[in-house]
Amino acid sequence: MEEDYIIRVDNATVRFNLSTERIDSIKEYFIKLVKHQLMFQEFFALKNVTLHVKAGESWGIVGVNGSGKSTLLKLVCGILKPYSGSVALHGTVAPLIELGAGFDGDLTARENIFLNGAVLGHSKQFMKEHFDEIVGFAELEQFVDVPIKNFSSGMAARLGFAIATIVRPEILIVDEILAVGDYAFQQKCELRMQEMLANNTTLLYVSHSYKAVEKLCTHALWLSGGEAVMAGDSKSVCEAYIKSLEG
Amino acid sequence: MGWISKRLQGFLQYKDLLLQLVSRDVKLKYRRSFLGYLWSVLNPLMIMCVMTIVFSFLFKNSIPNFPAYLLTGQVLFNFMTEATTAAISSITGNGALLKKTYVPKYIFTLSKVTSSLVNLLFSMAALLIVVIVTGVKLTPYFLLFPLVFLELYVFCVGLGLFLAQAAVFFRDIQYIYGVIITAWTYFTPIFYPPEILPENIRWYVLHLNPMYYYIAQFRDLTLTGALPGPDLMLGAALIPILMLIIGTWTFHRNQDRFILYI
Repeated sequence: MEEDYIIRVDNATVRFNLSTERIDSIKEYFIKLVKHQLMFQEFFALKNVTLHVKAGESWGIVGVNGSGKSTLLKLVCGILKPYSGSVALHGTVAPLIELGAGFDGDLTARENIFLNGAVLGHSKQFMKEHFDEIVGFAELEQFVDVPIKNFSSGMAARLGFAIATIVRPEILIVDEILAVGDYAFQQKCELRMQEMLANNTTLLYVSHSYKAVEKLCTHALWLSGGEAVMAGDSKSVCEAYIKSLEG
Repeated sequence: MGWISKRLQGFLQYKDLLLQLVSRDVKLKYRRSFLGYLWSVLNPLMIMCVMTIVFSFLFKNSIPNFPAYLLTGQVLFNFMTEATTAAISSITGNGALLKKTYVPKYIFTLSKVTSSLVNLLFSMAALLIVVIVTGVKLTPYFLLFPLVFLELYVFCVGLGLFLAQAAVFFRDIQYIYGVIITAWTYFTPIFYPPEILPENIRWYVLHLNPMYYYIAQFRDLTLTGALPGPDLMLGAALIPILMLIIGTWTFHRNQDRFILYI
């Protein structure tokens, strides 16, 4: 029953080129070609990771820095392609990997809302209909016609979050983004995410804070050095993860 | 067929992004400048004045209506230069965005070429002024000029895609390209008649230089007021198709590896 899974990552491996010097110029390229040094040093950011997520589940991904958490999210979003293995999705994705990626500092907030909406694949008409809602949620009514470069990072992040969550996506992908923004806004974001979860949205959530994972997620995946160590219900995975950190 | 319809669907979903990116480029180009969009008309006019003075007084030339002759070549060549130069950095320059969200990558290259096309349309106003002032008699054939623009646009998209993907792996391209453009300018009859080229070079310029096809066609339609010759029209129609195939093929083949290099 393949259709049961909304996200299906099978034995996915992601390979990066770790060559000490990057070959950016033609001269270097030919020198290395002649010397047979083009074969680069390989680095596997993910090794044979399998993740099956059913609709409506919320998965937290835990692990130390460099364990492949963000790589896995990028794989699911389609930003990275697996070197081997496969990734299949059945639903619309809203990626919250970096808020406001694609903002242009010279454009005003109003213009950026349409630009960023278009980056996420929304039509202009759709953005027009939701314009007030976005500005309202981000609490930026006074600043709609100010160029974004004059915004504080918190303000830009608020706007980014408001735009990205305007759709009710089937799959919501969240990388540690809520670190910026003040406490009140963090609460607001969490509330919106919980509201989405209640509406049967599937969540993939990366956080260093296992507390947040335990609170928001029903399931968890523990990555270490690019390999899946443990997958299961969030409580037991988090407990095991903490134990390994302390031990 | 399924593959094509899937691509087309993807494009339609992101067509608003293309429009947004183009309107951003056009808006930001002259933001905070006093004369704004007027510069797109003034710029080619002023450069034409300088060149006309140089080539009428310093060098003798035998071209009738030199200002119009020059400008017809210049607006098309400038469009090609602007479009392809911007296309080179369209992927590397948007690296931050491409690492964070999934967006069809060719959209960025396409948007740069399209923004330049908008500028070309502005420069057409400058050309019309010169055409009217110098008393060129336009014939109905002039109305065929959008066809030339379309061919040139497709050619620039193809070349732009090829350069953009190559620049991801070899950043040198953006530096060497300035040199190539300079050489290309001198090997295109923009400010001189093709007849002054030495016999042995002329054949290559008139047959292998894609820009010659468009500029010659454009001059036939505007200045001569006649249909271009069949050789010219056939070549001008085939070159963009070939370039587009090369561009999309190389771009498509390498695009999954972009992320590792930007």
